[in-house]
Amino acid sequence: MNILSKRAVGLALAAILAGCSSGGASPTAQGTPGTTPAGSAGPSTPVPPTGDVTLQGAGATFPALLYQVWIEKFSEAYPNVAINYQAIGSGGGIKGITQQTVDFGASDAAMKDTEIAALPAGTKILHIPTALGAVVVIYNIKGKDGNAIKGLKLDAANIAGIFLGTITTWSDPTIAANNPDIAANLPDTAILTVHRADSSGTTNAFTSYLDAVSPDWHTSVGAGKEVKWPVGNGAPGNDGVSGSVKQTDGAVGYVELQYAVVSGLGSAQVKNAAGKFVAGSSAGVTSAANSVLASFPADFRQAPIINAAGDDAYPIASYTYILAYVDQTDATQGQTLVAFLYWALTDGQKEEKAIGYAPLPDSIDQKAIEELHQITTGGSPIWP
Amino acid sequence: MTAIAGPPQSIAARLTGSTVGRRRTIVDRVMRGLALAAAIICVIPLGAVLAFVIGNGISALNIDLLTKPPKALGLGGGALNAILGSLQMVPLAALLAVPIGVLGAVYVAEFGNRRSARIIRFSADVLVGVPSIIIGIFVFTFLVLPFKQFNAFAGSVALAVIMVPVIMRTTEESLHIVPNSLREASLALGVPVWRTVFSVVIRTGLSGILTGTMLAFARAMGETAPLLFTALGSRLINVGNFAKPMDALPVFIYVNARQPNELLNQQAWGAAFLLLAIVLIINVAVRARSWGRQIG
Amino acid sequence: MSAVPTPTPPLGPRGLLGGSGSRLPDLVFRGGTGVFAWVVVAILGLLLILLVLNSRQVFGQFGLSFVTGTDWDPVAGMYGALPFIIGTVASSLIAILLAAPIGILTAVFLAELASRRVAVPLTFAIELLAAIPSVVYGLWGVFVLGPVLKATVEAWLVGTLGWLPIFAGPPFGIGLFAAGVILTLMILPTVISISRDVISSVPNHQREAMLALGATRWEMITRAVLPFARSGIVGALILGLGRALGETMAVTMVIGNSQKIPQSIFDPSQTIASQIATTFNEAGVGLQTSALIALGLILLVITMTLNVIARLLVWRVAGPVTEAA
Repeated sequence: MNILSKRAVGLALAAILAGCSSGGASPTAQGTPGTTPAGSAGPSTPVPPTGDVTLQGAGATFPALLYQVWIEKFSEAYPNVAINYQAIGSGGGIKGITQQTVDFGASDAAMKDTEIAALPAGTKILHIPTALGAVVVIYNIKGKDGNAIKGLKLDAANIAGIFLGTITTWSDPTIAANNPDIAANLPDTAILTVHRADSSGTTNAFTSYLDAVSPDWHTSVGAGKEVKWPVGNGAPGNDGVSGSVKQTDGAVGYVELQYAVVSGLGSAQVKNAAGKFVAGSSAGVTSAANSVLASFPADFRQAPIINAAGDDAYPIASYTYILAYVDQTDATQGQTLVAFLYWALTDGQKEEKAIGYAPLPDSIDQKAIEELHQITTGGSPIWP
Repeated sequence: MTAIAGPPQSIAARLTGSTVGRRRTIVDRVMRGLALAAAIICVIPLGAVLAFVIGNGISALNIDLLTKPPKALGLGGGALNAILGSLQMVPLAALLAVPIGVLGAVYVAEFGNRRSARIIRFSADVLVGVPSIIIGIFVFTFLVLPFKQFNAFAGSVALAVIMVPVIMRTTEESLHIVPNSLREASLALGVPVWRTVFSVVIRTGLSGILTGTMLAFARAMGETAPLLFTALGSRLINVGNFAKPMDALPVFIYVNARQPNELLNQQAWGAAFLLLAIVLIINVAVRARSWGRQIG
Repeated sequence: MSAVPTPTPPLGPRGLLGGSGSRLPDLVFRGGTGVFAWVVVAILGLLLILLVLNSRQVFGQFGLSFVTGTDWDPVAGMYGALPFIIGTVASSLIAILLAAPIGILTAVFLAELASRRVAVPLTFAIELLAAIPSVVYGLWGVFVLGPVLKATVEAWLVGTLGWLPIFAGPPFGIGLFAAGVILTLMILPTVISISRDVISSVPNHQREAMLALGATRWEMITRAVLPFARSGIVGALILGLGRALGETMAVTMVIGNSQKIPQSIFDPSQTIASQIATTFNEAGVGLQTSALIALGLILLVITMTLNVIARLLVWRVAGPVTEAA
């Protein structure tokens, strides 16, 4: 069997598995998560080697909750594999993979040209998308009636004003205008904004949104993994931001959806490009991602999806990536990494909706699985 | 107007308004009261910290916390990775730091000439005051970057660098206290110098040396910043592999304190209880004897 | 009967045991311990060299404006250290302003006024304060002290003095002031123990003379003891200040991590140490890392200078003092 037809078989199998597991487009999404290791699908599915292997990864906090679940399930399927993922922020993931102090990095913000140029000479890096997530605005407001405010609606001008520091109390009329049913309960409490103290892909997505919707923000702050916030407290990681908001009455911050769920904090419904107030959700970001599928870049470096068209689209959506070198210096670890990534792109996709992320659109999933064929060790592909 | 008075007057004499005026008496009593109040103010936060750590920590102590590694989404799991990590990294740091600190102090106390002793002592004093995060950066550059690997050995080295000057200075003090007559007697008996140092001098100063070492050990147990860039931290159990990252109790507390998940916050209090218990027990055990002597 | 040993030189500059090294094992011993001793010097030297070498890139690009610049913007490649220097100095200043009166009064109480049975347990308790790890203070600060300060002290201060920009609200608990309070707790043991040593070393004839002249106890303390001990107490305060400047974990957890220069003590801020702690692991290789290391160098220079000055002041009054903790 020549390589071409091997790949064809592999692709076909992958397409079938992806179709079964992603559940986004195909309505019959069955398939019990995680019970059948990917190895049972056929000889051309990558599996980790035997013998104890440890992989070291670091990076974004955005997908950290998802990766924790994945790592646990993967280790149940392959007990000889241990993966240590340290959530230190997208910037930390990029730095770690650049300095090669980790086996794989993770970032929601795709590496910029300058960052790619800083990689060791002669190396090539792959961006492997793993999930979609929503950046939601979380808040902790005790209403005038003493109960926590729920169901807050904010539009782009509100959010920009809050984070610029021009809107300073929750009783501001522009906020009340969007919330007629709870306006009477909104207190005079001062607004404390919480942003990321570390270099963050979540910040990159959120500031890309603000940059697009607010000319003031565009001129005075801009977008990026780290920006000069006009006001507010910093906290490390998505976990730190949600923890910080939870501890202060009147606080507001931006985090990946699952952190809102875990912390029990309310997340605001944001007005999207179609003028509808949409809550952050798996369906909302899937809708947003699908609307820009056609322009997905060949090198996988997709910018955050801001204000996507469509009634259901959530306006702040982002892919998140695992960063891996094309050439793996250690064959064992390379093989384990490919196996893990393959599992993530197939079985792993089934876990995502349950915990507030969205699986990759089918076409992107397939492209990502194809990417895995590029990974080599000692010159020859790990998964031909 | 100063009269050469006799013995200090009794309180009664003062209160009846004799040569010491009412105002001065009042100032005296008020200020002494304030001094007492200040002393009490100092102790209140200690009580508050202990109360909260013990209160929240004990309720978080369960079998899971002590025997399981962290679980995804904080649903159960515990701090075993951190407990084992601290119990490995800190003793290794002590193993590195004690010989350097003690023997280095021996040199300064017994052999050093004035100038070299001054330079070494000065360096040790400066090193004691270096912020521990800078020591973390230092060790990162030498033991993490060249190997492209966060590792627990670098963590131990960073802790050792923090411990060495403390041990050196306290050992030197203990050695100075040993009377010279002991040294003379030993040498007069023909005992070689190195033997004199170990069998006579160090043995006599041993309790002081132990005190300094244990206090340095307790301090290393509580250090967080230098480990952030060296051992990094790990959600996995790591026993014996110092070439890979390892977690530690202070790092565990730092990470879990900021989580929005209350279960994880609880685990942070539990780990803080464990850490505080270890540190305070060491401190109390080491100092109790000398305090006992002071009161008695 | 002892044999006549190799003649030992009299107690000279090399001490009793030094100089008697004509036997090989002793030479080896002296050499070996010497190596260990000089290791400490080598570590310090390497540390300084490393910091200086790695700071060159950012100082080369910005020169002295690195120290005075107010913009820390990694995206734009702009680095100015002033917000962190101000945060460091301000939080430590608050700590010293609170620790000085409380600490000195307590030291006076322990050294002059308290009976043995009260002073010893109290000293014990205060020394235990020093043993509490920084991260535990941070945990307690975030969940206990912050909310308490917000509801009591900060609310009162903003209520009464809020018209002054430095006390302007709104108070959120976490911020520069909370960091200052936590630092106070952490440096009190240092200030108290050294001040107490210094006060105890004031010779008794000073006290007796004052009392003989008819002074009250308090007058004796303020007019005879404290002036004599003054430079030592200042030294204790400076040592405490040095400690506060280098504190990392507790401060990082309660100071609010903001890179703007604080206008009010209730604003969030960032110290040099906390900036390094939160961003070093992801700092871009090259200029950003160099900038963080340069921050470390600035901090080290400040703390080293303060330490040296403080020790000189303390030694003048009380003789060489070592703190074990």
